[in-house]
Amino acid sequence: MTKINYGSAIREGFDYLLKNYPEVFVIGQGLWAKWYVGNSMTDLDKIYGLDRVMDSPVSELACTGAAVGASLCGYKPIIVHPRMDFMLYAMDSIVNQAAKWSHMVGGQAHPSVTIRGIINRGGEQGAQHSQALHSWFAHIPGLRVVMPATPQDARDLLIASVLCDDPVLYIDDRDLYDWEDSLDKPIETPLEKLGPTILKSGNDITVVSAGASTRLCLQAADELEKNGISTEIIDLRVLNPLDCSLVLESVSKTKSLLAVDGGWRTCGMAGEVLASVFEGMDVSDLKSSPKRITLPDAPAPTSGPLEDVYFTKVKDIIETINSIVGK
Amino acid sequence: MMVNCMGNQENILGDLALPEKYTDPLNIDNCDISTLLSHLRTMLLIRRVEEIIGDGVEKGEIVCPAHLGIGQEAVAVGVSQYLMSDDRVFGAHRSHSHYLALGGSVYRLLAEILGKYDGCSHGMGGSMHLHDPEHGLMGTVPIVAGTVPLAVGAALAAKKDNKSAIAVAYFGDGAAEEGVIHESLNLSAVWDLPILFVCENNLFSSHLHISQRQPLDLVGRFAQAHNITVKTVDGNDVVSVMRASKSLIEDARNNSRPGFLEAVTYRWRGHVGHREDEDVGVNRSKDLLKWKERDPIRRLLTALINNNAISQSEFSNMTDDVENIVSSAWADAGKASYPPVSVLMDYVYAESCK
Repeated sequence: MTKINYGSAIREGFDYLLKNYPEVFVIGQGLWAKWYVGNSMTDLDKIYGLDRVMDSPVSELACTGAAVGASLCGYKPIIVHPRMDFMLYAMDSIVNQAAKWSHMVGGQAHPSVTIRGIINRGGEQGAQHSQALHSWFAHIPGLRVVMPATPQDARDLLIASVLCDDPVLYIDDRDLYDWEDSLDKPIETPLEKLGPTILKSGNDITVVSAGASTRLCLQAADELEKNGISTEIIDLRVLNPLDCSLVLESVSKTKSLLAVDGGWRTCGMAGEVLASVFEGMDVSDLKSSPKRITLPDAPAPTSGPLEDVYFTKVKDIIETINSIVGK
Repeated sequence: MMVNCMGNQENILGDLALPEKYTDPLNIDNCDISTLLSHLRTMLLIRRVEEIIGDGVEKGEIVCPAHLGIGQEAVAVGVSQYLMSDDRVFGAHRSHSHYLALGGSVYRLLAEILGKYDGCSHGMGGSMHLHDPEHGLMGTVPIVAGTVPLAVGAALAAKKDNKSAIAVAYFGDGAAEEGVIHESLNLSAVWDLPILFVCENNLFSSHLHISQRQPLDLVGRFAQAHNITVKTVDGNDVVSVMRASKSLIEDARNNSRPGFLEAVTYRWRGHVGHREDEDVGVNRSKDLLKWKERDPIRRLLTALINNNAISQSEFSNMTDDVENIVSSAWADAGKASYPPVSVLMDYVYAESCK
């Protein structure tokens, strides 16, 4: 089976949706250009037409609101934000309107809109070109938040998000675009039925992460395996609504937990995972205190050496796991 | 004026913003009388419903914030005349008139405001979140200008459907100070969308007069800047609103072009709640007395009486009829049930709504 990378897998998801669902269309800045969204949407405008793959004015808020409005009228739009940082202009349409619409109107209408927010960090891009804000959005009831880590999920979670009747924030990560894998044929699975999954089984420690952090954890696990440390890697995939039952099950077995998150520490996803364990099981059973690795609570720097310290690396994960497992 | 700080605003609206003007009976020459009689009745209904809501707020029977539009009835009634059931209308915090002018049920509106399950949003939205798609009302929200881009998207969907439906976005003069209005006007113009923007310019955003907020009082200038056709009318003249709406809606429907209606009007009650005399720190009582002379209902009624289209006794019957509908809906809404507790979680996601 030929391998394709994460970026191409996203493109396959778009292709599948545009081919099979006439009610799907895409709006966003840079969709007719080559470099805004990497290889994840190449030539879709040429295949499906400029009215189904719409490049847009520089209006994040109105374009997102327009996608929400169209979703209330029988369409399944995808609004693409090539950088999550710029998407913050659209907070009202996402948080006040889309996320709450179903509840506010008594469950009688659902904005079936997908908001694609891309994380694009590193390369000395600095504080406003690098943010991973999934934790913010996972806080909002009514907004499903998905964060694919693998090429397979990059495609299939996009399909599930768009076909879902609820508003979904789909967050992909440019750090993952070169990850190659062989993909099965797309199978439509309702998003409600998808949740955290075990990417690698192990016995010594449970490691929980999402998105690009998951790839770092898998790489760390390979190294640790050589030293006889067996990690169980859980990829959260769906951050809201969050189902931590698999985490609890795993930690009951390994008695150790590390959460690795590419976002900040305070009120972040890693803290939420730790809280689920503190609440959901008898922590006196654990071999050591649950730990988390996150970004420091500071904006991303631009200077190369500071950036090098700022972002989590595989060796940070290896060191922390070694210190927890103590082998 | 009651406003202390007038700033350096230029008055472009002219007489439209002066309450002493436009107080005569409407000119109803060449109008269809039965349509105007129907509009009179709808305006009476809207006013009576809002008066009952005001009473309910005063007595503490209504708890949710209720923003009354008494005095502004002609705008929604004039616009709605040319709307079809598959058009998509979006409103804001002061949208009882938008809902009722489209033909929404009085009972379901009042039940909604009381938080009852029979309400148009199953009691989950209150006065500020009305939902009645059967009559074309997609939704109303209190975030200022929040639904305007949604209406743009509904217009985009209508254009894709290619069935000549249009979208309508109601908002106030305060919303014009939100950046998303500029974005929305721009999108609708650059994408040639079938949408009517309706600005109910009542000269106030909660407590501040427009002169304290904008350098010019003509909100339509924002649409002109985006090459969108603008019509500015006396919003308390249902005939003027009808005529302007007709041409803008036809252009939207037939030519897929955005249009902008600015209807100058005035609300008789405060920003929120029942009070006339004082609200959110503002006392407008002197101006209000003058604006009441520009009453959209009285001006239409007098014109109809002068044209022998309705007699005093027929009008009295109409008033009684409206009163019966509203008071019985209010009584029924009071007796209706609250939503079951289960919907608190069920309505969050679509799957559990089925």
